[in-house]
Amino acid sequence: MGARVSHFAHRRGAALLRFDNLTLGYNRHPAVHHLQGEIVSGSLLAIVGPNGAGKSTLLKAIAGELRPLQGSIDRGGLDRRQIAYLTQQATLDQTFPIVVHDFVAMGLWREIGAFLGLGRERRRRVHEAIERVGLHGLEKRPIGALSGGQLQRALFARVMLQDAPLVLLDEPYGAIDAASVRDLATLVRLWHDEGRTVIAVLHDLAHVRQEYPETLLLARELVARGETASVLTAANLQRARQLAEGHGDGTEAAICRVDRDAA
Amino acid sequence: MNDFLSSLPLFSPFVEFAFMRRALAGCLALSLGATPIGVFLMLRRMSLAGDAMSHAILPGAAIGYLVAGLSLPAMTLGGLVAGLAVALLAGGVARNTVIKEDTSLATFYLLSLSAGVLIISLRGSSVDLLHVLFGSVLALDDPALLLLGAFASLSIVALALGLRLFVLEACDPSFLARISRLSPLAHYGFMVLLVLNLVAGFHALGTLMAVGIMILPAAAARLWVCNVGPLLLLASGTAFAGSLAGLLLSYHADLPAGPAIVLTLGATYLLSLAVGPLGPLASRWRSSWHFER
Repeated sequence: MGARVSHFAHRRGAALLRFDNLTLGYNRHPAVHHLQGEIVSGSLLAIVGPNGAGKSTLLKAIAGELRPLQGSIDRGGLDRRQIAYLTQQATLDQTFPIVVHDFVAMGLWREIGAFLGLGRERRRRVHEAIERVGLHGLEKRPIGALSGGQLQRALFARVMLQDAPLVLLDEPYGAIDAASVRDLATLVRLWHDEGRTVIAVLHDLAHVRQEYPETLLLARELVARGETASVLTAANLQRARQLAEGHGDGTEAAICRVDRDAA
Repeated sequence: MNDFLSSLPLFSPFVEFAFMRRALAGCLALSLGATPIGVFLMLRRMSLAGDAMSHAILPGAAIGYLVAGLSLPAMTLGGLVAGLAVALLAGGVARNTVIKEDTSLATFYLLSLSAGVLIISLRGSSVDLLHVLFGSVLALDDPALLLLGAFASLSIVALALGLRLFVLEACDPSFLARISRLSPLAHYGFMVLLVLNLVAGFHALGTLMAVGIMILPAAAARLWVCNVGPLLLLASGTAFAGSLAGLLLSYHADLPAGPAIVLTLGATYLLSLAVGPLGPLASRWRSSWHFER
């Protein structure tokens, strides 16, 4: 797997995503205000912030599934299909009669499309991915018979096969046990080592401090961004909470920092 | 050989009567073409949409009938046009307004159905209406049989080509939308196949029961297997076996053939509920067994 990803490893350090005055929201109600900055290729970035801070909204916009209300995201020519995006609530129908092997193999869609066969080499990669996430022996099990943690592992295996230069994870450890978190975090580290850019929305700050070199703290606007230790300070977190609450009661909702600065 | 077969109650009707053989061939075509579509209707939680669509083809068939009488090409063409129009209109309204998919489909099929009944009543009798609603599996002529065979062949080829697309569209639609441009094709392509098979089914079983040979075998098979491939095969097999049994039942007990077939398929479903390994009774039995161990 390492050999195949070298083609995007060489771009490490160059800007992969550029936000310019990015404002996002639904039905004209902004949820993220005037975001400015860039994310370099090969980053391992955590997005943290209080509930309603716009973290998932930002991820959705990066994935190209939400048009900005204002400003823009430059994906540097990265196609939407080259982004592996694991959403918080999988839209997946878990009662669907499909076994783990076939489900995971869907990650190969970009290579085989709707018509090509799997072939022996890709079959081997499917098995490898299943083994990597610790689901070995469950290939023939229907996805409906998996536990929450096992399903999340299967979803990670599918992401792995997507072989994407940019991986977006929205609260990937929501309802799973510590052992699963540990295994899946190892996989995320591996993706990082392979030169992929990984951006994850996370709640567990201890986990972020331990695993993520960079953090973006969001509270409907950018609070802080940079090395994790310098971002996750008590002062910054306090400020993020205040901002979120301030926005929450509606009094400050219409005024953004950029607007205030301009005034 | 023929004498021997004619002496068996299971075979004699088919050996002796061409119309029984035609009916059986028609059912085979529907089992191979329409039933797999029914499996996907079920997997996409659109079983009732199939029912709605079957009513939607009525005005088209009725206009064909009004123009050309009981003419196969006219009624087929009319049915296809009306079905596709309703599928497109309903899909378009659902995607672009606050009206949701189910309501959108309901509005158009109700319009369609009432228009259809109205048109038929302008000319013709309640006998004609019965023919359209309940079909005439025992009166399939060569052109009708060819039509059924052609639609089934088309449907099988399309399904084989698009199988992965249809599976993913049913299993994880937003993942498909993310990784492939073909996602709209999966939806509308499926609706076209649905209309095609409903029109085929309506010649044999009528608009009311064409959905029966789609949904009932699919639901019955789902209680036995939990993987798409085997599910498709088992559903088609069940559909054909059920049609065969239904035809025999109708012959020996002198019952109308269409309802006999659909009722037999329904009985298969009820039986599967009772003894299928994924049915409610089996799971109860299994879990009590689990706790005793």
